[in-house]
Amino acid sequence: MENKLVVSPSPHVHSGDTIAKNMYGVLIALVPAFLVSLYVFGLNALILTVASVLFCVITEYVIQRYMLKRIPTIADGSAIITGILLAFNVPSNLPLWILAIGAIAAIGIGKMSFGGLGNNIFNPALLGRVFLLISFPTQMTSWPLPSTMAPVDGATAATVLENMKYNPEALSSVSDMFFGLESGSIGEMSAMALLLGLIYMLWKRIITWHIPVSILVTVGLFTASIYLFDPSPANNPLIHLLSGGLLLGAIFMATDYATSPLSKNGMLIYGVGIGVVTVCIRLWGAYPEGVSFAILLMNALTPLINMYVKPKRFGEVVKNV
Amino acid sequence: MLKTFRIGGIHPKENKLSAGKSIESIPIPSEVIVPLAQHIGAPCQPVVKRGDPVKVGTLLGKSVGFVSANIHSPVSGKVKKIDKAYDSSGYKRDCVFINVENDEWDESIDTTAALVRDCSLTSKEIIDKIFAAGIVGMGGATFPTHVKLTPPPGTKAEVLIINGVECEPYLTADHTLMMEKTEEILVGIEILMKAVNVNRAVIGIENNKRDAIDKFKQFAKSYPTIEVQSLKVQYPQGGEKQLIDAVLRRQVPSGALPISVGAVVQNVGTAFAVYEAVQKNKPLVERVVTVTGKHVANPCNVLSRIGVPLTDLIDYAGGLPETTGKVVSGGPMMGKAIARIDIPVTKGTSGVLIIPTLEARRKLMKDCIKCGKCVNICPMGLNPTTLMTLTEYEVWEKAEKEKITDCIECGSCSYTCPSDRPLLDYIRLGKGKVMGIMRARKN
Repeated sequence: MENKLVVSPSPHVHSGDTIAKNMYGVLIALVPAFLVSLYVFGLNALILTVASVLFCVITEYVIQRYMLKRIPTIADGSAIITGILLAFNVPSNLPLWILAIGAIAAIGIGKMSFGGLGNNIFNPALLGRVFLLISFPTQMTSWPLPSTMAPVDGATAATVLENMKYNPEALSSVSDMFFGLESGSIGEMSAMALLLGLIYMLWKRIITWHIPVSILVTVGLFTASIYLFDPSPANNPLIHLLSGGLLLGAIFMATDYATSPLSKNGMLIYGVGIGVVTVCIRLWGAYPEGVSFAILLMNALTPLINMYVKPKRFGEVVKNV
Repeated sequence: MLKTFRIGGIHPKENKLSAGKSIESIPIPSEVIVPLAQHIGAPCQPVVKRGDPVKVGTLLGKSVGFVSANIHSPVSGKVKKIDKAYDSSGYKRDCVFINVENDEWDESIDTTAALVRDCSLTSKEIIDKIFAAGIVGMGGATFPTHVKLTPPPGTKAEVLIINGVECEPYLTADHTLMMEKTEEILVGIEILMKAVNVNRAVIGIENNKRDAIDKFKQFAKSYPTIEVQSLKVQYPQGGEKQLIDAVLRRQVPSGALPISVGAVVQNVGTAFAVYEAVQKNKPLVERVVTVTGKHVANPCNVLSRIGVPLTDLIDYAGGLPETTGKVVSGGPMMGKAIARIDIPVTKGTSGVLIIPTLEARRKLMKDCIKCGKCVNICPMGLNPTTLMTLTEYEVWEKAEKEKITDCIECGSCSYTCPSDRPLLDYIRLGKGKVMGIMRARKN
């Protein structure tokens, strides 16, 4: 018996937490938003989401198996999340071949070229989205009517109003009309569904409140202070909070582990940065929507934040009584 | 709001399988092996030789140097030999082998159960008695107690904190002792207060031991200078710095001793040993050990003499299960995995934990996903994943700046990591290296 005993350093127990548990937790949190997208966009949302997941998973598998000659880790769920988030960030009538290019850019360039999960600097799904936005500006900004199955260009006032009737979250669509912004990528339709996802992830301790709350509070306060001087609807903080990809970005994209800071203080700085950049781009930038660029910009600053913002050390910061 | 420490912390599954089981004395075997190094510091010099008759309490090894502790015979009989034998370190070390005959105690020892409450000794006399009795920290660290009770010149203790936290999962030795020896512990605390010359003591007990809190609160009514403080359950609250923060809201600065914030911390087991040493003249020859594990037939708390092989304790608890993969001396978070189970019980053996094969091996390490969980649970406010990387690449200067030497090796980071990264293994290695570099620079 004795020579069979395992000898290893402490600790001898583990929490049982795994990468896959966290990733599948995020997937569960994405379910409400997915259901709303099915309701609003119908079959198109389903086809795009499934296709996007397949493209991402296949890209990751092929790169790991045939280029890196490693055991593929697609089962950890991270490529599935990238696939869903990429689909959530495109219009529901995007041709599948464009989506495939986006998936290859997201996983191939955004994730695997840096060394795979955990080593990437930018959020892969956002990188894929921005890649498509720059490469295919027309297709990426033509928004079909929600509630219709077939892709149709342009929206009329009637359909937006129609939309409002059965979707209380449609305020964002109204605001989008004011801004001339996108009226909806697949996954950003319902603030309620996204917030449900946030509550689930907080409850399961997959993420902490620091990033989403700091982004939303910053956007709210920043636009509110502008609204005080210039109360035009374009500055309405409520509309800003509910419109575009802000909630989707703040809850699911900015909180990506690998590309956000490690310490809580770092997360707050990162969140405030995203909020400020988002509002600046929305109000004064060339693009109507700024969340994607804001997150990518702060992704790039994350290593710097990690270097300078340390956690509270024992015995250094806390005051003694 | 229950008190607790303010930085980091985790909540491992408690698994206190032996909770509520009373202390059972286990039979003395025909031979015991008493290591001469059972404490932090210099090993003892043997003062007996082959063939010498010994009684329970006869001095076997004399302390050499200030940081060291005497070792007494835990049994009566004849010294068989002084030879090397394996201990929990995995190395062969000097031990005294004794053939057991009868159970005769040294005449000076009061073996009755009667409570002796009054103590008229001075601080110095108490510390001398504690030194003579070979008492060390019973929580597992085995730091000689008389050293801790002798504050460096220029410092003054204000409060004595008694550690009844037992935050390690599985272990219940302190809990059981608190339930069965409540009064003795309280008298021990009074003696310790006298030794360090303070008039306030606080016992910190985690809220998962309600019965012990209630019992101490009830008995402490007749000990007006002793407070009982219930604490929120959180690991590693039994860490000295964490406990001081939880009880006093004071944080010991990096590299400093608890006395720098006016605190002296002692374990409940140590308080009991001090009571026995000072009031009963009884040296440290036995201790309570939790024998436990998920597949152990009868998890229990045993009173064992020092030098009894762990094999006997495991047999008493129902034998080594078929499924055994790992045996740990101590608790699952900070205990030591041992290579063989015939090693003896020593002063620091707080538990014997038997881990099934399924849980004995670590999982394959994956890449860090930078989730930041280790950073947010580190009770010292360190950045474990960065410290691991710095150690991997041997960037010692930076590791020193990142306070790698502050690590208390509680294991919370490795426990938490979803990528199964052996964070503490690396940090421990880096900490040793950096401490070596710092020492070399001083000289």
